[in-house]
Amino acid sequence: MEPLLSVRNLSVTFDVRKPGSWPWTPPRKLHAVSEVSFDLQPGECLGIVGESGSGKSTLARAVVGTIPSSDGNIMFEGHDLANMDPKQRRVHRRDVQMIFQDPLAALNPRMTVGEIIAEPLITHEPNTPRPEIKKRVRELMERVGLLPNLINRYPHEFSGGQCQRIGIARALILKPKLIICDEPVSALDVSVQAQVINLLMELRRDMGLSMIFIAHDLSVVKHISDRTLVLYLGRVMETADSEKLTTRPEHPYSQALIASVPIPDPVLERARPRPILEGELPSPLAPPSGCVFRTRCPKAQTSCAEVKPVLEDIGSNHLVACPFHEAEEVLAVNG
Amino acid sequence: MFPNRAAVEGVGDAMELAEVKGRSLWADARTRFFRNRAAVVSLIMLLLLAGFTLFGGVFAEYENDFVDFSLIGSNAYKGVPSVETGHYFGTDSNGRDLFARTVQGTGISLMVGVVGSLVAVIVGTLYGATAGYYGGRVDGLMMRTVDVLMSIPFMFVLILMLVIFGRSIFMLFLGIGLISWLDMARIARGQTLTIKNKEFVEVAVATGVHPVKIILRHIVPNLLGIVIVYATLLVPNMIIFESFISFLGLGVQEPATSLGALINEGSRTMQFGYYWQISYPLFFFVVTIFAFFFVGDGLRDALDPKDR
Amino acid sequence: MSLLEIEDLRVTFTTADGDVNAVNGLSLNIDKGETLAIVGESGSGKSQTAFAAMGLLAKNGRATGQAWFDGQDLLAMNTHQLNKIRSKDMAMIFQDPMTSLNPYLRVSDQMAEVLMLHQGLSKSAAVTEAVRMLDAVRIPDARARITMFPHEFSGGMRQRIMIAMSLLCQPRLLIADEPTTALDVTVQAQIMQLLGDIRQEFGTAIILITHDLGIVAGFCDRTLVMYGGQIMEEGPTNDIFSDPSHPYTSGLLQAVPRLDKETAELATIAGEPPDMSRLPAGCPFSPRCAQVLDNCTAERPSLEVTPDRRRACHLPVQEVA
Repeated sequence: MEPLLSVRNLSVTFDVRKPGSWPWTPPRKLHAVSEVSFDLQPGECLGIVGESGSGKSTLARAVVGTIPSSDGNIMFEGHDLANMDPKQRRVHRRDVQMIFQDPLAALNPRMTVGEIIAEPLITHEPNTPRPEIKKRVRELMERVGLLPNLINRYPHEFSGGQCQRIGIARALILKPKLIICDEPVSALDVSVQAQVINLLMELRRDMGLSMIFIAHDLSVVKHISDRTLVLYLGRVMETADSEKLTTRPEHPYSQALIASVPIPDPVLERARPRPILEGELPSPLAPPSGCVFRTRCPKAQTSCAEVKPVLEDIGSNHLVACPFHEAEEVLAVNG
Repeated sequence: MFPNRAAVEGVGDAMELAEVKGRSLWADARTRFFRNRAAVVSLIMLLLLAGFTLFGGVFAEYENDFVDFSLIGSNAYKGVPSVETGHYFGTDSNGRDLFARTVQGTGISLMVGVVGSLVAVIVGTLYGATAGYYGGRVDGLMMRTVDVLMSIPFMFVLILMLVIFGRSIFMLFLGIGLISWLDMARIARGQTLTIKNKEFVEVAVATGVHPVKIILRHIVPNLLGIVIVYATLLVPNMIIFESFISFLGLGVQEPATSLGALINEGSRTMQFGYYWQISYPLFFFVVTIFAFFFVGDGLRDALDPKDR
Repeated sequence: MSLLEIEDLRVTFTTADGDVNAVNGLSLNIDKGETLAIVGESGSGKSQTAFAAMGLLAKNGRATGQAWFDGQDLLAMNTHQLNKIRSKDMAMIFQDPMTSLNPYLRVSDQMAEVLMLHQGLSKSAAVTEAVRMLDAVRIPDARARITMFPHEFSGGMRQRIMIAMSLLCQPRLLIADEPTTALDVTVQAQIMQLLGDIRQEFGTAIILITHDLGIVAGFCDRTLVMYGGQIMEEGPTNDIFSDPSHPYTSGLLQAVPRLDKETAELATIAGEPPDMSRLPAGCPFSPRCAQVLDNCTAERPSLEVTPDRRRACHLPVQEVA
C-alpha cells in the first residue's frame, strides 16, 4: 500500500547564538531532529516516544509545518511538503491538523468556542454559508461530547478536559487525513485522560484517520498506537510494532525506557528488574560522536564512539539502530 | 467512551435548548471595572466634561472671541465671575468671556488627548504587532526605525514645525500624532512576542490562516487590554504636552484656545489678583487629568486581574 | 507512637467568589521510617494537606484541626516555632525545584545557610557537609559543582539538590509533593530510587503526594486516596491495588493504560474533577460514581475503620466493582 505520509532523512536545525557574540559570528547549529525517516500508512497510528529534548515535538511541528525543516523530504500523498512555498503549503494544511498539549493555551481566549472550531473551515472554505458553518460546528461538538448549546461560551469557562475536546473538534472540522497529537493528555487528570484517549481512539476508528501520537508516557502510546518510534536526541533508535516494542525491545535505550516506566501493580512493580539508566540527556549542541546514546548505554563498546549506527531492519518492520541489539523482556518478573 | 454520551444525547433531544450566552473576558473586565468606585466616579466626571464641552456653549452668554471693550482696564472689579453679568467665570484680560473660552479650551485639550491616543492605538498597535509577528529582519528594520525616530528631540522639531509652517490645530495634531505611537509600537511589539509563542497562534499557523488574519484575529484582540490601558494613560500625557506647547505660546492660534493657553494667560495676571483667570482653567485641567488617570488605573486592574 | 498524626484537618480559602473548602476533615498518621502515599487528582486537597502541616498555606487560607508532630501541635505554633521544626525535623520538596531555590545565590551558599542557621556550623564546615550531602544524592563532581547557580543544573539535578537540601538537618519526615512530575521517566526512576535509598539509610519517613499510581505501587507502604478534600480509602498499598474497596480507587486503577497489559478500551470515570467551592452535600464522588446509591447524594459516608484499612463509602465492600 502507498503510504499516506513518508518522511525521508528529515533534519531540523536551529541556530543558537552564543550570548555576547558578534553579530557576524556564524551561530552554532543545534540538531533537534537528524535524518529521521518513517512511513505512515493510511489509517495507521504511529506513536513517538522520547524524553524531553529528544526532538519529538520538533519532529511533529516540522511535519505540520510550523517549524521549517532544514533537510529531507516530507512526502504527503505524493507532494513534498518540506520544499513548498508558503502559499502552496497553506492549501495543503487542511489535510494535516494538530492537537496540542496545553488545552487552554491552544484556544484563543477572546474567541467563542464556535468561532474557534469554525476557524479552519472559514479559512479553507470561505464561501460556506453561515448557517451551514454553525450546523457543522454543533454536530461536531456533539460528536466530541460537548453540549452544542455551549457554542457561544469562551474557553475559560470550560475545564481542561472539555478544552481538549474543543481542540479535537477544531482539528476535525475539515475532515483531515492526518492528525498529529502532541502530548494531548499529559496535562489532564488521570480520570479525564482515559475519556480523551477513548475519544481519540473512537474518532480514529470511525473516521479512518491516520494519526501520529506523541507522548512521553509509554503506557499511553502503547495503548493507542499500532507502531511506535523511539527517539533519542533527535535520532531514531528503534521502530517496531507497539506490542513487540514493549514486550521484547531490542535497543538498549528502549529497554531502559521501558524499565523506567512504573506499573501500577505493587507486586509486579517491586519484583521487576530495574536497570536504571545513569546520567541525563547530553546537550544537543554537542552530541556524542558515533552513537548518541553511547554515553549512557550499558552495552557501549569502543566502536560505538566511532561508527554511527544505521537503522537496520531485523524483520517484520522492526528497525533498530544498534549493532549489539538483543531482545530482552524487561516487563517480566524475575524468575 | 464519554460515559455521559447517553445523557448528552438525552439532553440533546430535549434540548434544542437555548444557546447559553458566554461570558467573554471583556464582560468579566467590565464587571470588575464597575466595582472600582474611583474609576466609575472618574468615568462619570469624564462624561460630564465631554457634555460640558459639547453643550457648554449653549449656556454661554457671549462668544469666545467677543471682546467686551467696556471692561478693558477695569477688569479687576468689572470682570469678576458673576451670574448677573453673564460672565460666569469672569473675563480674561482682554475682556473675553472666560466661561466660553474654558468650554472651547477644554474641548481642544480633550480632542488633542483623544486624537493623540487614537493615532497611538491604531498606528502603534498595528505597527508593533506586525513587527513582532514577523520577527527577524522585518522586526529589526521596523523597530530600529522607531528607535531612530525616538532619538530625535521631538519637542524641538515640533517647535520648529510650528514656527515654520505657522501655528495651527492641524500642525499640532500632526506633531502629536507623529510621536505618540512610538512608545505604543514598542509596547505592542513586546506583547506580540509573548502572544506569538502561545499555542493558539501556532494552531492558526498550522491550520493555514493567512498571516494578516492571524495578526488581526489572534494577536491584536489579545493585545488590546494592555493597549487600552496604555492609551488611557497616554491621554493626560498628550494634554499636558499640548499645554506645555501652548504655555510656550506656540500652541493653538488665537482666538481659539486650550486649557494650557488659558493657564498660561492666567498665570501672568495672577499677581494682580485676577485669581479666577487661572483657577477655572486649572480646575478643569486637573479634573481631566485625574479622571483619565483613575479610569486608566481602573482599566488596568480590570483587564489584568493577576497583576493586582 | 506516630511521628505525624493529623486529626480532622480542614483547610478553607477565602476568595472573591466565596469560600473554597480544599480539605474537609482529613485524618492520617505516619510512623517513623514509614512511607505513605497520598493519591489524588488536581483539586483533591492532597497538596494543601501538606502545606497546612508545614504551615505554608497561602495568605487567604486557614487550617483548623490538629496536626501532632512528635507530641506538638503544628497548627497551634507560631512562625518562630514552626521555623525551628521545619527543615530540622520535617522538610518538603516540590514539583518545581526552582520555586524553592534562589536563582541569584550559589548552591553552596543556599545549602550552607541552612546548616549555619540550624546547627550553628561555621561556613567552611557547612560547605563540607553540603558537599557530603550532594555526594549522597549522587551529584557527580559535587565539590566543583556546588559553587554553580541553580539554573546551571538540569531538572533532575535540581531535584537532587532540593532533596539534598531538605536532608541537610536529617529530618525525620520528608514530604515530597509530586517530586517527579516535571521529570522524564528515566530521571524519575533515578529519583525514586534515590528516595528509597535515603529512607533506608537515614530512616526518614516519607509522605509521597502524587497522582501517579505507578510510582506509588513501587514505593509506598501505605496508600491514602483523596477526592474532593476527603479520604476515599486508605490501606496497605498491596491491598489497595489488588482489592480496592472504593469505586473511585477501582475506577482510577482501570482508567490508566498499563504497559504490561493489553486493554481494548479503557474504563472511564464520567465527568470532571469537582469544583471545590460547590461540593455536593453527600459523598463528593457521587456525581461521577458508576455505582451511586440513593443516599450517596444526600449523606456523606462516614469513615469505616477496620484494623488496617479505612474507607468512606455507602456501598458494601463486596459490591465494589
